[in-house]
Amino acid sequence: MSKRRPYVRSMDGWWKRDAYFVKYMAREVTAVFVAAYAVVLLVGLVRLAQGQAAYEGWLAALKSPLSLVFHLVLLATFVYHTWSWFNIMPKTMPIMFVGGKRVQPGMITGAGLAAAVVACLAVLLIVRGVAS
Amino acid sequence: MKRSNEPIFWSLFGAGGMLAALIGPALVLITGIAVPLGILFPADTMSYAHMLAFAQSWIGKILLLAVIALFMWHAAHRIAILLHDFGVHAVTVVKVVCYGLAFAGTVIAAWTLLGL
Amino acid sequence: MTDTEKVIEIQVLRYRPEQETEPVLQSFKVPFTDDMSVLQGLQYIKDYLDGTVSFRWSCRMAICGSCGMMIDGKPKLSCKTFLREYYPAGLRIEALAHMPIERDLIVDAGDFITKLESIKPYIIPKEPRTLEQGEYLQTPQQRDMYEQFSSCINCMLCYAACPQYGLDKTFTGPGVLALMHRYNADSRDGASAERMDLGYAHEGFWGCTAVGYCSVVCPKGVDPANAINQNKMNSAINYFTRFVTPKGGTK
Ligand code: SF4
Ligand code: FES
Repeated sequence: MSKRRPYVRSMDGWWKRDAYFVKYMAREVTAVFVAAYAVVLLVGLVRLAQGQAAYEGWLAALKSPLSLVFHLVLLATFVYHTWSWFNIMPKTMPIMFVGGKRVQPGMITGAGLAAAVVACLAVLLIVRGVAS
Repeated sequence: MKRSNEPIFWSLFGAGGMLAALIGPALVLITGIAVPLGILFPADTMSYAHMLAFAQSWIGKILLLAVIALFMWHAAHRIAILLHDFGVHAVTVVKVVCYGLAFAGTVIAAWTLLGL
Repeated sequence: MTDTEKVIEIQVLRYRPEQETEPVLQSFKVPFTDDMSVLQGLQYIKDYLDGTVSFRWSCRMAICGSCGMMIDGKPKLSCKTFLREYYPAGLRIEALAHMPIERDLIVDAGDFITKLESIKPYIIPKEPRTLEQGEYLQTPQQRDMYEQFSSCINCMLCYAACPQYGLDKTFTGPGVLALMHRYNADSRDGASAERMDLGYAHEGFWGCTAVGYCSVVCPKGVDPANAINQNKMNSAINYFTRFVTPKGGTK
Protein backbone atom coordinates (compact mmCIF):
# COMPACT_ATOMS: atom_id res chain seq x y z
CA MET A 1 0.00 0.00 0.00
CA SER A 2 1.27 3.41 -0.88
CA LYS A 3 2.42 5.62 1.99
CA ARG A 4 1.76 8.68 -0.13
CA ARG A 5 -0.70 11.18 1.27
CA PRO A 6 -0.20 14.41 -0.70
CA TYR A 7 -1.48 17.41 1.24
CA VAL A 8 -3.56 19.94 -0.68
CA ARG A 9 -3.63 23.44 0.79
CA SER A 10 -6.77 25.54 0.81
CA MET A 11 -7.23 28.53 -1.52
CA ASP A 12 -9.47 30.36 0.94
CA GLY A 13 -8.54 34.02 1.17
CA TRP A 14 -5.77 33.63 -1.41
CA TRP A 15 -6.02 37.26 -2.53
CA LYS A 16 -4.84 38.41 0.90
CA ARG A 17 -1.70 36.30 0.63
CA ASP A 18 0.32 38.72 -1.45
CA ALA A 19 0.25 42.48 -2.04
CA TYR A 20 0.34 41.73 -5.77
CA PHE A 21 -2.95 39.84 -5.52
CA VAL A 22 -4.54 42.70 -3.61
CA LYS A 23 -3.60 45.01 -6.47
CA TYR A 24 -5.04 42.56 -8.99
CA MET A 25 -8.31 42.36 -7.08
CA ALA A 26 -8.45 46.17 -6.88
CA ARG A 27 -8.20 46.23 -10.67
CA GLU A 28 -10.99 43.70 -11.05
CA VAL A 29 -13.23 45.41 -8.51
CA THR A 30 -13.24 48.60 -10.63
CA ALA A 31 -15.72 46.67 -12.80
CA VAL A 32 -18.38 47.03 -10.10
CA PHE A 33 -18.05 50.80 -10.42
CA VAL A 34 -18.07 50.70 -14.20
CA ALA A 35 -21.31 48.72 -13.96
CA ALA A 36 -22.74 51.23 -11.49
CA TYR A 37 -21.97 54.12 -13.81
CA ALA A 38 -23.53 52.30 -16.76
CA VAL A 39 -26.67 51.81 -14.68
CA VAL A 40 -26.75 55.52 -13.76
CA LEU A 41 -26.57 56.40 -17.45
CA LEU A 42 -29.15 53.79 -18.40
CA VAL A 43 -31.56 55.14 -15.81
CA GLY A 44 -30.97 58.64 -17.19
CA LEU A 45 -31.73 57.42 -20.68
CA VAL A 46 -34.94 55.71 -19.63
CA ARG A 47 -36.02 58.82 -17.69
CA LEU A 48 -35.26 60.90 -20.76
CA ALA A 49 -37.62 58.77 -22.79
CA GLN A 50 -40.31 59.18 -20.12
CA GLY A 51 -40.43 62.91 -20.60
CA GLN A 52 -39.19 66.17 -19.21
CA ALA A 53 -40.42 65.85 -15.62
CA ALA A 54 -38.94 62.38 -15.21
CA TYR A 55 -35.63 63.42 -16.73
CA GLU A 56 -35.36 66.50 -14.56
CA GLY A 57 -35.95 64.31 -11.52
CA TRP A 58 -32.90 62.31 -12.56
CA LEU A 59 -30.90 65.50 -13.06
CA ALA A 60 -31.91 66.73 -9.62
CA ALA A 61 -30.86 63.42 -8.09
CA LEU A 62 -27.42 63.89 -9.64
CA LYS A 63 -27.10 67.14 -7.70
CA SER A 64 -27.60 65.54 -4.29
CA PRO A 65 -24.51 65.44 -2.07
CA LEU A 66 -24.72 61.66 -1.93
CA SER A 67 -24.60 61.45 -5.70
CA LEU A 68 -21.71 63.88 -5.90
CA VAL A 69 -19.67 61.89 -3.38
CA PHE A 70 -20.58 58.70 -5.23
CA HIS A 71 -19.38 60.19 -8.51
CA LEU A 72 -16.13 61.30 -6.92
CA VAL A 73 -15.59 57.69 -5.91
CA LEU A 74 -16.53 56.65 -9.45
CA LEU A 75 -14.02 59.12 -10.86
CA ALA A 76 -11.24 57.71 -8.69
CA THR A 77 -12.04 54.13 -9.69
CA PHE A 78 -12.28 55.08 -13.37
CA VAL A 79 -8.87 56.72 -13.22
CA TYR A 80 -7.54 53.58 -11.55
CA HIS A 81 -9.17 51.52 -14.28
CA THR A 82 -7.42 53.60 -16.94
CA TRP A 83 -4.11 53.25 -15.13
CA SER A 84 -4.36 49.50 -14.60
CA TRP A 85 -5.80 48.89 -18.08
CA PHE A 86 -2.75 50.33 -19.80
CA ASN A 87 -0.42 48.75 -17.29
CA ILE A 88 -1.54 45.25 -18.25
CA MET A 89 -1.76 46.21 -21.94
CA PRO A 90 1.85 45.30 -22.84
CA LYS A 91 1.10 41.72 -21.78
CA THR A 92 -1.56 41.49 -24.44
CA MET A 93 0.63 42.69 -27.30
CA PRO A 94 2.75 40.49 -29.53
CA ILE A 95 6.47 41.09 -29.65
CA MET A 96 6.94 44.08 -31.95
CA PHE A 97 9.90 45.73 -33.54
CA VAL A 98 10.27 49.32 -34.65
CA GLY A 99 13.37 50.04 -36.68
CA GLY A 100 14.82 46.69 -35.67
CA LYS A 101 14.43 47.46 -31.95
CA ARG A 102 12.06 45.69 -29.60
CA VAL A 103 9.16 47.85 -28.42
CA GLN A 104 9.46 48.01 -24.62
CA PRO A 105 6.44 47.45 -22.33
CA GLY A 106 6.86 50.90 -20.79
CA MET A 107 6.40 52.48 -24.20
CA ILE A 108 3.09 50.71 -24.75
CA THR A 109 1.80 51.72 -21.32
CA GLY A 110 3.01 55.28 -21.84
CA ALA A 111 1.39 55.54 -25.26
CA GLY A 112 -1.89 54.17 -23.88
CA LEU A 113 -1.96 56.59 -20.97
CA ALA A 114 -1.11 59.47 -23.28
CA ALA A 115 -3.94 58.43 -25.59
CA ALA A 116 -6.32 58.36 -22.62
CA VAL A 117 -5.33 61.87 -21.56
CA VAL A 118 -5.81 63.15 -25.11
CA ALA A 119 -9.15 61.34 -25.48
CA CYS A 120 -10.44 62.68 -22.15
CA LEU A 121 -9.41 66.23 -23.01
CA ALA A 122 -11.00 65.87 -26.43
CA VAL A 123 -14.29 64.74 -24.88
CA LEU A 124 -14.27 67.62 -22.41
CA LEU A 125 -13.52 70.16 -25.13
CA ILE A 126 -16.03 68.76 -27.59
CA VAL A 127 -18.81 68.68 -25.00
CA ARG A 128 -17.95 72.24 -23.99
CA GLY A 129 -17.83 73.33 -27.59
CA VAL A 130 -21.16 71.75 -28.49
CA ALA A 131 -22.86 72.99 -25.31
CA SER A 132 -21.89 76.64 -25.61
CA MET B 1 -10.62 19.89 -26.25
CA LYS B 2 -13.74 21.98 -26.50
CA ARG B 3 -13.24 25.34 -28.12
CA SER B 4 -14.12 28.08 -25.67
CA ASN B 5 -16.81 30.63 -26.45
CA GLU B 6 -14.87 33.10 -24.41
CA PRO B 7 -13.80 35.16 -27.48
CA ILE B 8 -17.32 36.62 -27.76
CA PHE B 9 -17.36 37.87 -24.18
CA TRP B 10 -13.68 38.71 -24.11
CA SER B 11 -14.05 40.93 -27.20
CA LEU B 12 -16.95 42.83 -25.64
CA PHE B 13 -15.00 43.03 -22.38
CA GLY B 14 -11.99 44.39 -24.22
CA ALA B 15 -13.96 46.93 -26.22
CA GLY B 16 -15.75 48.19 -23.12
CA GLY B 17 -12.57 48.26 -21.09
CA MET B 18 -10.78 50.23 -23.76
CA LEU B 19 -13.62 52.71 -24.11
CA ALA B 20 -13.81 53.15 -20.33
CA ALA B 21 -10.05 53.55 -20.07
CA LEU B 22 -9.95 56.17 -22.82
CA ILE B 23 -12.95 58.36 -22.04
CA GLY B 24 -14.50 56.99 -18.83
CA PRO B 25 -12.93 59.51 -16.45
CA ALA B 26 -14.03 62.41 -18.66
CA LEU B 27 -17.61 61.12 -18.83
CA VAL B 28 -17.89 60.67 -15.08
CA LEU B 29 -16.42 64.10 -14.53
CA ILE B 30 -18.93 65.71 -16.89
CA THR B 31 -22.17 63.90 -16.04
CA GLY B 32 -21.58 63.21 -12.38
CA ILE B 33 -19.58 66.13 -11.08
CA ALA B 34 -19.07 69.18 -13.28
CA VAL B 35 -22.57 69.54 -14.74
CA PRO B 36 -24.43 68.81 -11.46
CA LEU B 37 -22.19 71.34 -9.71
CA GLY B 38 -22.65 73.82 -12.54
CA ILE B 39 -18.94 74.26 -13.09
CA LEU B 40 -16.76 74.14 -16.24
CA PHE B 41 -19.77 73.67 -18.52
CA PRO B 42 -22.79 75.84 -19.37
CA ALA B 43 -25.69 75.26 -16.99
CA ASP B 44 -27.92 73.77 -19.67
CA THR B 45 -25.34 71.29 -20.99
CA MET B 46 -27.42 68.32 -19.95
CA SER B 47 -30.84 69.98 -20.16
CA TYR B 48 -33.83 67.97 -21.30
CA ALA B 49 -33.90 69.68 -24.68
CA HIS B 50 -30.19 69.16 -25.31
CA MET B 51 -30.15 65.54 -24.24
CA LEU B 52 -33.30 64.70 -26.15
CA ALA B 53 -31.83 66.18 -29.32
CA PHE B 54 -28.60 64.27 -28.68
CA ALA B 55 -30.39 60.97 -28.12
CA GLN B 56 -32.46 61.53 -31.24
CA SER B 57 -29.47 62.04 -33.50
CA TRP B 58 -27.88 58.94 -34.98
CA ILE B 59 -24.44 59.80 -33.68
CA GLY B 60 -25.94 60.33 -30.22
CA LYS B 61 -27.78 57.01 -30.33
CA ILE B 62 -24.62 55.17 -31.31
CA LEU B 63 -22.48 56.84 -28.66
CA LEU B 64 -25.00 56.31 -25.87
CA LEU B 65 -25.53 52.69 -26.78
CA ALA B 66 -21.81 52.07 -27.11
CA VAL B 67 -21.02 53.55 -23.72
CA ILE B 68 -23.89 51.97 -21.79
CA ALA B 69 -23.76 48.53 -23.40
CA LEU B 70 -20.01 48.12 -23.67
CA PHE B 71 -19.44 49.32 -20.10
CA MET B 72 -21.95 46.72 -18.99
CA TRP B 73 -20.36 43.88 -20.97
CA HIS B 74 -16.95 44.89 -19.71
CA ALA B 75 -18.17 44.89 -16.12
CA ALA B 76 -20.15 41.66 -16.52
CA HIS B 77 -17.06 39.78 -17.67
CA ARG B 78 -14.90 41.06 -14.84
CA ILE B 79 -17.54 40.54 -12.19
CA ALA B 80 -18.04 36.96 -13.37
CA ILE B 81 -14.29 36.40 -12.96
CA LEU B 82 -14.32 38.22 -9.64
CA LEU B 83 -16.97 35.87 -8.28
CA HIS B 84 -14.97 32.90 -9.50
CA ASP B 85 -11.87 34.40 -7.86
CA PHE B 86 -13.77 34.75 -4.60
CA GLY B 87 -14.58 31.08 -4.75
CA VAL B 88 -18.07 30.99 -6.27
CA HIS B 89 -17.79 27.92 -8.42
CA ALA B 90 -21.26 27.80 -9.91
CA VAL B 91 -19.67 28.94 -13.17
CA THR B 92 -22.75 28.58 -15.35
CA VAL B 93 -25.07 30.38 -12.94
CA VAL B 94 -22.60 33.24 -12.50
CA LYS B 95 -22.18 33.62 -16.25
CA VAL B 96 -25.89 33.46 -16.99
CA VAL B 97 -26.63 36.11 -14.37
CA CYS B 98 -23.76 38.47 -15.28
CA TYR B 99 -24.08 38.24 -19.04
CA GLY B 100 -27.85 38.10 -18.74
CA LEU B 101 -27.89 41.45 -16.95
CA ALA B 102 -25.52 42.98 -19.49
CA PHE B 103 -27.76 41.68 -22.26
CA ALA B 104 -30.87 43.07 -20.57
CA GLY B 105 -29.16 46.45 -20.15
CA THR B 106 -28.19 46.44 -23.81
CA VAL B 107 -31.72 45.62 -24.92
CA ILE B 108 -33.29 48.28 -22.70
CA ALA B 109 -30.82 50.91 -23.92
CA ALA B 110 -31.29 49.99 -27.58
CA TRP B 111 -35.07 49.82 -27.24
CA THR B 112 -35.25 53.18 -25.49
CA LEU B 113 -32.98 54.83 -28.03
CA LEU B 114 -34.97 53.48 -30.95
CA GLY B 115 -38.16 54.80 -29.41
CA LEU B 116 -36.88 58.36 -29.09
CA MET C 1 34.16 40.03 8.71
CA THR C 2 35.90 36.76 8.05
CA ASP C 3 34.29 33.92 9.93
CA THR C 4 32.23 35.62 12.61
CA GLU C 5 28.95 33.97 11.82
CA LYS C 6 25.56 35.48 12.31
CA VAL C 7 22.65 33.26 13.24
CA ILE C 8 19.29 33.42 11.50
CA GLU C 9 16.01 31.74 12.32
CA ILE C 10 14.60 29.62 9.52
CA GLN C 11 11.08 28.27 9.86
CA VAL C 12 10.42 25.28 7.69
CA LEU C 13 6.96 24.00 6.93
CA ARG C 14 7.23 20.28 7.71
CA TYR C 15 4.89 17.65 6.41
CA ARG C 16 5.66 14.02 7.09
CA PRO C 17 2.61 12.12 5.87
CA GLU C 18 3.34 9.19 8.17
CA GLN C 19 3.26 11.33 11.31
CA GLU C 20 1.33 14.54 10.56
CA THR C 21 -2.18 15.06 9.29
CA GLU C 22 -1.35 18.61 8.26
CA PRO C 23 1.84 20.65 7.82
CA VAL C 24 3.49 22.27 10.84
CA LEU C 25 6.21 24.89 11.13
CA GLN C 26 9.51 23.90 12.66
CA SER C 27 12.09 26.47 13.62
CA PHE C 28 15.84 26.19 13.21
CA LYS C 29 18.69 28.48 14.20
CA VAL C 30 21.19 28.53 11.40
CA PRO C 31 24.62 30.17 11.46
CA PHE C 32 25.26 31.81 8.11
CA THR C 33 27.62 33.99 6.15
CA ASP C 34 26.63 36.65 3.66
CA ASP C 35 27.36 34.47 0.67
CA MET C 36 25.00 31.69 1.74
CA SER C 37 21.84 31.01 -0.22
CA VAL C 38 18.58 29.87 1.35
CA LEU C 39 19.30 26.47 -0.18
CA GLN C 40 22.61 26.35 1.67
CA GLY C 41 20.73 27.23 4.84
CA LEU C 42 18.53 24.20 4.28
CA GLN C 43 21.54 22.05 3.56
CA TYR C 44 23.03 23.18 6.86
CA ILE C 45 19.84 22.11 8.61
CA LYS C 46 19.89 18.73 6.91
CA ASP C 47 23.58 18.15 7.64
CA TYR C 48 23.75 19.37 11.22
CA LEU C 49 20.32 19.88 12.76
CA ASP C 50 17.72 17.52 11.35
CA GLY C 51 18.53 15.00 8.65
CA THR C 52 14.87 14.30 7.92
CA VAL C 53 14.10 17.69 6.30
CA SER C 54 13.35 16.96 2.65
CA PHE C 55 13.77 19.29 -0.31
CA ARG C 56 14.79 19.15 -3.96
CA TRP C 57 17.85 20.72 -5.49
CA SER C 58 20.53 19.96 -7.99
CA CYS C 59 22.48 22.62 -9.84
CA ARG C 60 22.75 25.37 -7.16
CA MET C 61 22.96 27.88 -10.01
CA ALA C 62 19.42 28.66 -11.09
CA ILE C 63 19.32 26.44 -14.13
CA CYS C 64 17.92 23.03 -13.17
CA GLY C 65 14.66 24.42 -11.83
CA SER C 66 14.30 21.99 -8.94
CA CYS C 67 14.74 24.18 -5.84
CA GLY C 68 11.62 26.36 -6.05
CA MET C 69 9.89 27.11 -2.73
CA MET C 70 7.80 29.76 -1.04
CA ILE C 71 10.26 32.00 0.80
CA ASP C 72 8.39 34.35 3.11
CA GLY C 73 5.35 33.69 0.96
CA LYS C 74 6.94 34.43 -2.43
CA PRO C 75 7.80 31.76 -4.98
CA LYS C 76 11.57 31.80 -5.40
CA LEU C 77 14.49 29.61 -6.35
CA SER C 78 16.17 28.89 -3.03
CA CYS C 79 19.60 28.70 -4.67
CA LYS C 80 19.16 32.20 -6.09
CA THR C 81 17.89 33.80 -2.87
CA PHE C 82 20.23 34.79 -0.09
CA LEU C 83 19.83 34.42 3.66
CA ARG C 84 21.28 37.87 4.26
CA GLU C 85 18.19 39.46 2.70
CA TYR C 86 16.11 38.08 5.58
CA TYR C 87 18.45 38.97 8.40
CA PRO C 88 17.73 39.73 11.21
CA ALA C 89 13.98 39.05 10.94
CA GLY C 90 14.39 35.44 9.85
CA LEU C 91 12.42 33.66 7.16
CA ARG C 92 9.72 31.08 6.57
CA ILE C 93 10.07 28.43 3.93
CA GLU C 94 7.17 26.43 2.53
CA ALA C 95 6.58 24.09 -0.36
CA LEU C 96 5.52 25.77 -3.63
CA ALA C 97 1.92 26.93 -3.42
CA HIS C 98 -0.94 25.45 -5.48
CA MET C 99 0.64 22.01 -5.68
CA PRO C 100 0.05 19.09 -3.34
CA ILE C 101 2.79 18.70 -0.73
CA GLU C 102 4.38 15.30 -1.06
CA ARG C 103 6.70 15.75 1.91
CA ASP C 104 8.14 18.86 3.59
CA LEU C 105 9.29 21.18 0.80
CA ILE C 106 8.70 18.69 -1.98
CA VAL C 107 5.60 19.08 -4.12
CA ASP C 108 3.92 16.62 -6.43
CA ALA C 109 4.87 17.90 -9.88
CA GLY C 110 2.93 15.20 -11.70
CA ASP C 111 0.21 17.48 -12.99
CA PHE C 112 2.76 19.94 -14.36
CA ILE C 113 4.72 17.21 -16.13
CA THR C 114 1.58 15.73 -17.72
CA LYS C 115 0.59 19.16 -18.99
CA LEU C 116 4.08 19.85 -20.24
CA GLU C 117 4.08 16.64 -22.28
CA SER C 118 0.62 17.32 -23.65
CA ILE C 119 1.65 20.40 -25.61
CA LYS C 120 4.35 18.62 -27.62
CA PRO C 121 7.21 20.78 -26.35
CA TYR C 122 9.52 20.15 -29.28
CA ILE C 123 9.81 21.38 -32.82
CA ILE C 124 7.68 19.55 -35.32
CA PRO C 125 9.17 20.74 -38.60
CA LYS C 126 6.97 22.43 -41.15
CA GLU C 127 8.81 20.63 -43.91
CA PRO C 128 11.15 17.92 -42.76
CA ARG C 129 14.62 18.28 -44.23
CA THR C 130 17.14 15.57 -44.92
CA LEU C 131 20.70 15.82 -43.66
CA GLU C 132 21.85 16.67 -47.18
CA GLN C 133 19.50 19.62 -47.31
CA GLY C 134 21.26 21.11 -44.30
CA GLU C 135 20.04 22.99 -41.28
CA TYR C 136 16.83 24.94 -40.75
CA LEU C 137 17.64 28.56 -41.32
CA GLN C 138 16.19 31.38 -39.28
CA THR C 139 16.79 35.12 -39.19
CA PRO C 140 17.74 36.80 -35.91
CA GLN C 141 14.34 38.48 -35.85
CA GLN C 142 12.54 35.16 -36.34
CA ARG C 143 14.53 33.88 -33.40
CA ASP C 144 13.62 36.92 -31.30
CA MET C 145 9.96 35.97 -31.63
CA TYR C 146 10.40 32.98 -29.34
CA GLU C 147 13.81 33.21 -27.70
CA GLN C 148 12.67 34.67 -24.41
CA PHE C 149 9.95 32.03 -24.08
CA SER C 150 12.52 29.31 -24.60
CA SER C 151 14.42 30.23 -21.43
CA CYS C 152 12.02 28.31 -19.22
CA ILE C 153 13.64 25.93 -16.75
CA ASN C 154 10.37 24.29 -15.63
CA CYS C 155 10.79 25.50 -12.08
CA MET C 156 7.03 25.95 -11.56
CA LEU C 157 7.42 29.22 -9.68
CA CYS C 158 4.84 30.70 -12.03
CA TYR C 159 2.38 27.96 -11.03
CA ALA C 160 2.85 28.89 -7.40
CA ALA C 161 2.17 32.50 -8.42
CA CYS C 162 -0.96 31.77 -10.46
CA PRO C 163 -4.25 31.88 -8.53
CA GLN C 164 -6.14 30.61 -11.57
CA TYR C 165 -4.10 27.43 -11.48
CA GLY C 166 -4.60 27.25 -7.73
CA LEU C 167 -8.36 27.61 -8.15
CA ASP C 168 -8.79 25.32 -11.13
CA LYS C 169 -6.37 22.52 -11.85
CA THR C 170 -7.76 21.97 -15.34
CA PHE C 171 -6.09 25.24 -16.38
CA THR C 172 -2.89 24.43 -18.24
CA GLY C 173 -1.04 27.22 -16.46
CA PRO C 174 1.58 29.84 -17.27
CA GLY C 175 4.84 27.96 -17.86
CA VAL C 176 3.39 25.28 -20.12
CA LEU C 177 1.33 27.76 -22.14
CA ALA C 178 4.42 29.93 -22.54
CA LEU C 179 6.20 26.89 -23.94
CA MET C 180 3.29 26.20 -26.24
CA HIS C 181 3.70 29.70 -27.57
CA ARG C 182 7.46 29.23 -27.78
CA TYR C 183 7.05 26.36 -30.25
CA ASN C 184 4.14 27.91 -32.11
CA ALA C 185 6.13 31.09 -32.59
CA ASP C 186 9.14 29.28 -33.99
CA SER C 187 9.38 29.79 -37.74
CA ARG C 188 10.70 26.24 -38.18
CA ASP C 189 7.70 24.66 -36.48
CA GLY C 190 4.54 23.55 -38.23
CA ALA C 191 2.40 22.06 -35.47
CA SER C 192 0.74 25.18 -34.17
CA ALA C 193 -2.72 24.09 -35.33
CA GLU C 194 -2.38 20.84 -33.38
CA ARG C 195 -1.30 22.60 -30.21
CA MET C 196 -3.94 25.31 -30.50
CA ASP C 197 -6.63 22.72 -30.03
CA LEU C 198 -5.76 23.12 -26.36
CA GLY C 199 -4.86 26.78 -26.71
CA TYR C 200 -8.37 27.72 -27.86
CA ALA C 201 -10.03 25.80 -25.05
CA HIS C 202 -10.96 27.07 -21.61
CA GLU C 203 -8.12 24.93 -20.28
CA GLY C 204 -5.78 26.88 -22.54
CA PHE C 205 -5.28 30.61 -22.95
CA TRP C 206 -8.83 31.52 -21.89
CA GLY C 207 -8.30 30.21 -18.38
CA CYS C 208 -5.95 33.14 -17.77
CA THR C 209 -7.33 36.32 -16.22
CA ALA C 210 -4.15 38.37 -16.71
CA VAL C 211 -3.11 38.50 -13.08
CA GLY C 212 0.46 38.84 -14.31
CA TYR C 213 2.25 37.65 -11.18
CA CYS C 214 3.76 34.70 -13.08
CA SER C 215 5.89 37.13 -15.05
CA VAL C 216 7.06 38.86 -11.88
CA VAL C 217 8.28 35.69 -10.17
CA CYS C 218 9.81 33.98 -13.19
CA PRO C 219 13.55 33.72 -12.55
CA LYS C 220 14.33 33.55 -16.27
CA GLY C 221 12.45 36.53 -17.67
CA VAL C 222 10.14 34.29 -19.70
CA ASP C 223 7.10 36.56 -19.20
CA PRO C 224 4.47 33.83 -19.45
CA ALA C 225 1.67 36.39 -19.02
CA ASN C 226 2.75 37.96 -22.29
CA ALA C 227 2.99 34.60 -24.05
CA ILE C 228 -0.55 33.77 -22.98
CA ASN C 229 -2.29 37.10 -23.41
CA GLN C 230 -0.89 37.90 -26.82
CA ASN C 231 -2.57 34.69 -27.92
CA LYS C 232 -6.00 35.85 -26.82
CA MET C 233 -6.20 38.32 -29.68
CA ASN C 234 -5.12 35.67 -32.24
CA SER C 235 -7.50 33.17 -30.72
CA ALA C 236 -10.38 35.62 -30.83
CA ILE C 237 -9.66 36.51 -34.46
CA ASN C 238 -9.45 32.85 -35.30
CA TYR C 239 -12.72 32.22 -33.46
CA PHE C 240 -14.60 34.76 -35.55
CA THR C 241 -12.93 34.08 -38.88
CA ARG C 242 -12.53 30.32 -38.77
CA PHE C 243 -15.50 29.72 -41.08
CA VAL C 244 -14.45 32.23 -43.70
CA THR C 245 -10.69 31.82 -43.94
CA PRO C 246 -9.58 28.94 -46.16
CA LYS C 247 -7.05 27.57 -43.69
CA GLY C 248 -9.58 27.91 -40.93
CA GLY C 249 -9.04 26.92 -37.34
CA THR C 250 -8.44 23.54 -35.85
CA LYS C 251 -11.83 22.07 -36.53
S1 SF4 D 1 8.01 30.26 -17.11
FE1 SF4 D 1 9.57 30.98 -15.64
S2 SF4 D 1 8.62 30.63 -13.64
FE2 SF4 D 1 7.45 29.42 -15.10
S3 SF4 D 1 8.39 27.37 -15.07
FE3 SF4 D 1 9.41 28.52 -16.72
S4 SF4 D 1 11.21 29.45 -15.79
FE4 SF4 D 1 9.87 28.80 -14.10
S1 FES E 1 19.25 24.14 -7.50
FE1 FES E 1 18.99 24.22 -9.65
S2 FES E 1 17.72 25.94 -9.90
FE2 FES E 1 18.18 26.02 -7.77
